[in-house]
Amino acid sequence: MKHFLTILGHEIRMLLVSASTYVAAVLFLALMGFIFAGLLETYTPTPSQATPEAPPAAVYFQLFWFPTFFIIPLLTMRCFAEERRLGTLETLFAAPVSAAEVVLGKFGAAYLLYLALWGATGGFFWLLSHYVSDPRLLDPGPLIGGYVFIAVSGLLFVAVGVWASSLTRNQGVAALLTIIPIVLIVLGPKVALENSALLQQDSMRSVHDALDYAQVFRHLDDFTRGVADARALLYYLSGASLALIFSAFSVEAKRLHS
Amino acid sequence: MVSLPDNSAAPAIEVRDLVKSYGGVTAVSRVSFAVARGEIVGFLGPNGAGKSTTMRILTGCMPATSGYAAVCGLSVAARADEVKRLLGYMPENNPLPEDMRVSEYLHYRGRLKEISRKKLGPRLDEVLELCDLKRVRHRIIGTLSKGFRQRVGIAECVLAEPPVIIMDEPTIGLDPHQILIVRDLIASLRGRMAMIISSHILPEIEMTCDRVIIINQGRLVAQGTPAQLRREVLGEARYELELAGPDTGLAALLAGVEPTLKIAAVAAPDADGFRRLTLTTANAAELGEPLLRVLASGSRRVRALTRLRPALEEVFLAATRQGWEAANAVPGNARPRPGNEPV
Repeated sequence: MKHFLTILGHEIRMLLVSASTYVAAVLFLALMGFIFAGLLETYTPTPSQATPEAPPAAVYFQLFWFPTFFIIPLLTMRCFAEERRLGTLETLFAAPVSAAEVVLGKFGAAYLLYLALWGATGGFFWLLSHYVSDPRLLDPGPLIGGYVFIAVSGLLFVAVGVWASSLTRNQGVAALLTIIPIVLIVLGPKVALENSALLQQDSMRSVHDALDYAQVFRHLDDFTRGVADARALLYYLSGASLALIFSAFSVEAKRLHS
Repeated sequence: MVSLPDNSAAPAIEVRDLVKSYGGVTAVSRVSFAVARGEIVGFLGPNGAGKSTTMRILTGCMPATSGYAAVCGLSVAARADEVKRLLGYMPENNPLPEDMRVSEYLHYRGRLKEISRKKLGPRLDEVLELCDLKRVRHRIIGTLSKGFRQRVGIAECVLAEPPVIIMDEPTIGLDPHQILIVRDLIASLRGRMAMIISSHILPEIEMTCDRVIIINQGRLVAQGTPAQLRREVLGEARYELELAGPDTGLAALLAGVEPTLKIAAVAAPDADGFRRLTLTTANAAELGEPLLRVLASGSRRVRALTRLRPALEEVFLAATRQGWEAANAVPGNARPRPGNEPV
C-alpha cells in the first residue's frame, strides 16, 4: 500500500482540474441552496400554516437522494473509464502498483471530494445560526447525525460509482451504470415494501425483513435521531468493500484479457 | 538507480518458447531470444506480427499462455512486481494523461517508480535536460506536439534509470527532424540500458540498433546484426558496374576473379557507350579490387563499380515473406533458408 498516498494525491489533483468536478459542485451547491431556501420558507411562521415539528436539518437530509443521483456519477465516471479510453491504465500498471492501491486511491479521492461538497453545505446552517436565534431550529443532533449518515452512505455510493467506471471505457455508460444501482439501493426497498402486497404475506417474511433492513430512509431517520445502528454501518461498509473488491477484479481482468 | 538482482550475469531479457493465444488465435508462437545488458535491439515485423504482444508479456501487462520470459534473470510471471522495478516501458501510441503538466506527470511517475523525494528533483532536471523538455516542463501534455509527447514518453521510461527499456514504436508519426532527435536520444542511452525498440521505420532501426529480431505471424523468422541478416536472408553479394568495351570474353574474365560471379542484368549503352551491368556472386568477400584490376587491364574502360548493399527493407520483406515456413521446420530459434532471392 505504499503507493496509495501517491495515487490519492494524484487523483485529487486530477479531480480538481477536471471540468466535470466543477459542474458537479456548482449544480450541487445551487440545488442544495434552493432546497435550503425552500426549507426556510416552510419554517417561517405564517398565520395560515403551522411550522413543521421536525427540526430543519432532519427535513433537509430527507432530500439527500436527489443530489446524490447526479453528483456521484459526475465524480466517479472518469476515474477508470477515462484511463482506459486513453490507454494510460497500461502505463499505470507498468509501474509496480497493485490493482487494490489504484482502486483505493481513486475511491479515496472521489469520496473526499464528495465529503467536501457536502461539507460546504454546512455553510447554510452556519448562516442560519448567525441570523436566527430560535434554538429549536438549530438542534445540533439531527445536523451531526445527518452528516454522519451522508459520510457513511457515501462510502457505498462512491464505491458503486468506481465499480461502474471500471466496467467500461465510456464515461456516459459509466454514469448510467452508476445511477441505476444507486436508485435501486435508495428507492428500491422503500417502493417495494410500500407497493407490494405479496411482500406482506407470511411466506415472504424473510424477503420483507431483508428489504426492511436495507431501507436507506430508515437508516437516515435513525442517524438524524442520534441512533447509530451498527447494522446500518455494516450494511454500508460491507457494500462498499464488496463494490471495491469487484472494481479491483474488474480492473485486473480487463488488464489481463485486453 | 534501480538496484540489480544478484544474478547480474543473466541477460537483460530472456525469452524461451513464448506462446500467447487468445480465443483460438495464436499471436505469439514459440518465440525465443535474448538481449544482452546494454544492447539495443530492434524488433521488426509487419502489423499484427506479435511484437506488441511480446512486449506486453515482457512488461507483465499480459500473461503468456506458456513459455518463459525473464528480465535480468527474474521470471516475469513469478516476480512481476520486481520485474516492473527493472523496466521502463513505453506502450504503443504512447498514452499520456491529457490534462497534466509535463513536470507534474514525470514527478507522479517518479513517485510511483519509488524514487525518493530527495532524489526525484535533481533526477527530473536531468531527464528534462536529456530529453530537451526543459522549455515545455510547465506545459499541459494535451497541448504538446507529437514530437514532445514522444519525448515525454521516453523521459518517463528512463526516469528511474532502469536496466531494461522497452519501447513500442517510439518514432511512429514523427517528422524526420523529430525522428532524428529521438534517435540521438536513444543513442545517448547506449551502453547504459538494454533496449528493445519496435519500429516500422527500418533505416531508423538499422542506425540505432546493435541487433535486429524479425518476427512474422507470431514466429521469430530471423535475428542478428543487419549485416548478418543481409547475408543470411539475401545470401549473395551484388555489384553494379558501368563498363564500356567489347562483351566477348567478359564472362570468362569474371569467372577468373570468382567462379560464382555472373552477369545478372545488362542495361542498354548510354551516349558515351557505357553499359550498366549487375553482377551476382555467392562469395560474400569484397571483390571490388580484383574486379577493377582485371577489367581495367584490357581494352575495356570502367567508369564506376559499386557493391550494392540491400536496405534492411529488402531483408525484412524477404524474411517475412518466406521465413515463417523455415520457422515451422525449426520452431523457436529458426533461421530462414539461405539464398532467398532479393526482392
